[in-house]
Amino acid sequence: MPCYSIHPSNHPSTARASTTEDDYMYPSSTTPSMEDLPEAEVPHTDPVPPRFHTGRLPNSKAGDGKPRLLLMGQRRSGKSSISSVVFHKLPPSETLYLETTTRIKKESMHSFMDFQVWDFPGHLDYFDPAFDVDNIFEEIGALIWVIDAQDEYLEAISRLNMTILNLQQSYPNINVEVFVHKVDGLSEDYKGDTFRDIIQRVQDELSDQGYENAPVSFYQTSIYDHSIFEAFSKVIQKLIPQLPTLEALLNSLCSTCHIEKAYLFDIMSKIYIATDTSPTDIGSYEICSDYIDVVIDVSEIYGWDRPTENGDAESQETGNNDAESLITMERKGNNYLYLREINKYLALICLMGDDSPADKKAVIDYNVGVFQAALKQVFPRAEREIAVPDQP
Amino acid sequence: MNTTKRQKQRKVLLMGKSGAGKSSMRSIVFSNYVAKDVRRLGATIDVEHSNIKFMGNLMLNLWDCGGQDGFVENYLTHQRTHVFSSVAVLIFVFDIESREFAADVVSYGAIVRALAENSPGAKVFVLVHKMDLVQARLRSQLFEERVDYIRAASEGFRDTVEFFPTSIWDQSLYKAWTQIIYFLIPNARGIEGLLRELAEVVDARELILYERTTCLMVTHVTRGVEGQNPFTDRFERISSILKTHKQSMAKHTGIPAGSSNFAEMQIKTGRFMFFITRLTENTNLAASIPASEQIFNAARVNIMLVRPRFAELDIANKPRPAVQQAFAHSAESGAGLVMPGDADEGKGKGKERDGASRGFEA
Ligand SMILES: Nc1nc2c(ncn2[C@@H]2O[C@H](COP(=O)(O)OP(=O)(O)O)[C@@H](O)[C@H]2O)c(=O)[nH]1
Ligand SMILES: Nc1nc2c(ncn2[C@@H]2O[C@H](COP(=O)(O)OP(=O)(O)O)[C@@H](O)[C@H]2O)c(=O)[nH]1
Ligand SMILES: [Mg+2]
Ligand SMILES: [Mg+2]
Repeated sequence: MPCYSIHPSNHPSTARASTTEDDYMYPSSTTPSMEDLPEAEVPHTDPVPPRFHTGRLPNSKAGDGKPRLLLMGQRRSGKSSISSVVFHKLPPSETLYLETTTRIKKESMHSFMDFQVWDFPGHLDYFDPAFDVDNIFEEIGALIWVIDAQDEYLEAISRLNMTILNLQQSYPNINVEVFVHKVDGLSEDYKGDTFRDIIQRVQDELSDQGYENAPVSFYQTSIYDHSIFEAFSKVIQKLIPQLPTLEALLNSLCSTCHIEKAYLFDIMSKIYIATDTSPTDIGSYEICSDYIDVVIDVSEIYGWDRPTENGDAESQETGNNDAESLITMERKGNNYLYLREINKYLALICLMGDDSPADKKAVIDYNVGVFQAALKQVFPRAEREIAVPDQP
Repeated sequence: MNTTKRQKQRKVLLMGKSGAGKSSMRSIVFSNYVAKDVRRLGATIDVEHSNIKFMGNLMLNLWDCGGQDGFVENYLTHQRTHVFSSVAVLIFVFDIESREFAADVVSYGAIVRALAENSPGAKVFVLVHKMDLVQARLRSQLFEERVDYIRAASEGFRDTVEFFPTSIWDQSLYKAWTQIIYFLIPNARGIEGLLRELAEVVDARELILYERTTCLMVTHVTRGVEGQNPFTDRFERISSILKTHKQSMAKHTGIPAGSSNFAEMQIKTGRFMFFITRLTENTNLAASIPASEQIFNAARVNIMLVRPRFAELDIANKPRPAVQQAFAHSAESGAGLVMPGDADEGKGKGKERDGASRGFEA
């Protein structure tokens, strides 16, 4: 992954991701584990259209249960930019040079979540019979609709509503997530007004068509700060059936180790798939996300393939199986940030509480080990993919 | 701390057309600004002087010279001697986007002529700046073209002038300033010697010494295969990683970036172990070592032990004990260096380390 560390992406300005809706709705049934996946392929017959946290995996043909996302919106609304910045770590300012997408671009990203971002060229009519609608929508968990907040958005809204109405009939399980995008260029007031106006219009038009309380969520996003990552995190979390279990595990870790805030990050995308249930502010997400960058960047620099050195093979055995990192602060000498690789895709990042002295590191290590073991049961699949060397 | 240290003042001129980016880079390198903050800076009127304490007693006396035509005229006439005498380094910034490149070069020519007259021994660095505004694939060619053109106008400095493509949006800015600082530090080689000894003792693959405020590299020592590390820009990359991290911590903790320092950052993986910790009042030491818990622990202890020796390293050219003695001292004071071999017994790796240990006892 390239390092663009003094890039503005690391220094969010004022824009914040926010939702008007209550984001979570927990499934009432017990949480399925990844082992239950084959059943996820069976089409749902649930008569009640699911709302926000569906707690169900998308009807993936591949049956691998990885969330799939579809990115749609008008031309130049920012779809290609979003997928480049979030999934390919392109510095935001470089998106100025992105070429216009002229045909459907499928991109997959192999990480904890197997994103398939389908970036649609905005000027095409995707309900044209030439497109295989079933093929497109069958596999997705969330449809992300990007609206350029700096541009005229009336047409975007009517296309969005047309899409929602179409989907409602055949694919009621798809979450519709609206990114009110490019809010970095707007004043605080104007930003808020635009956001409210868009929500109002979407809901009014849908209810005119007899579709009340449509399962649509809204986010304010920009590629120039962390808001786009925060929004993706919330979108993804709705697609993870194990979320309540993960949250419970994180909660107990936090209380035993004096952790202020713990995040489970998808390392590659820096999207967090779960956090403890204490209040989240974007500041904690930012510092943890920046910290992952530090660890990844340094690991890239020193993790290169060295020719075998004398004696080096031996010392590697004593090295860490899972990468770990710790920052202690000068002022009080306390632990401040803690990172531990959980499996091939996930990392746990903890923002330590003020009362977490440096000498409690062993306690933290132990409890994180427990957490890691519990997680193995939640995501056995992610484990199996790693060739874990035998531990002594 | 040694109070007899004399401050070593070095006059540095920062010049270039108005809007070229001089004040921006100055505030990013020296004042904990990040790239997106610099749009708030006001225009520089005439000359802004700043004294920057860099590493112990090296004092950079930085003249950020407003580039408006009237001022430049004034520097070249009435203030000619005042501005151009006793200069150690001239940093001239060209804006890659300038519409009047030819005129910029004429102005540069007049300035280096005044410099040659008043400070013939000065060193000239030319930064071709705002390279981020050029598409990536065109960058190197455009840079080379500008270099040839500017070099031809460099008069007496033609053979010694050094060029760097820079942008405040990536680590290229750190690369350029690291070279400039290295040139200004009077005893960089001495520090390097001590660092080399330390690297042998702790069995480090690489040690990098960073100045704390600016996060600029002072010097580094690389051993063995690490010399083949494909990331040849890693030193400035780490500068930029550290600076960004500092900013991120400052934002989160509410402590000003100048003082939101970590005591230590560790990263342990199956391929390498790394830590960066405070070495002296003004420096941080980054160490990349083999992936072994024993070597890691021994290295941390040893680095703690040599701290006083580095602190004493006077940056001015004052006579000081040979490097070997410096290590011997710390052994004498009862706190002997811990050899990595001490911790892992009977693994048959003792031999090379014994070698290193003999070196230090001599
Ligand atoms: N200010 C701002 N510009 C953006 C943002 N996201 C994308 N853009 C710009 O919008 C333009 C069109 O983006 P692109 O990704 O090609 O749109 P697409 O046609 O939807 O794929 C590009 O010039 C981007 O730099 C954002 O968050 N803020
Ligand atoms: N794109 C880009 N803009 C820059 C860069 N460095 C400075 N700038 C911008 O150039 C403008 C003028 O910078 P300033 O530092 O005041 O120039 P000075 O007159 O030479 O001191 C500011 O708006 C900066 O944001 C750079 O590397 N890239
Ligand atoms: Mg596109
Ligand atoms: Mg200025």
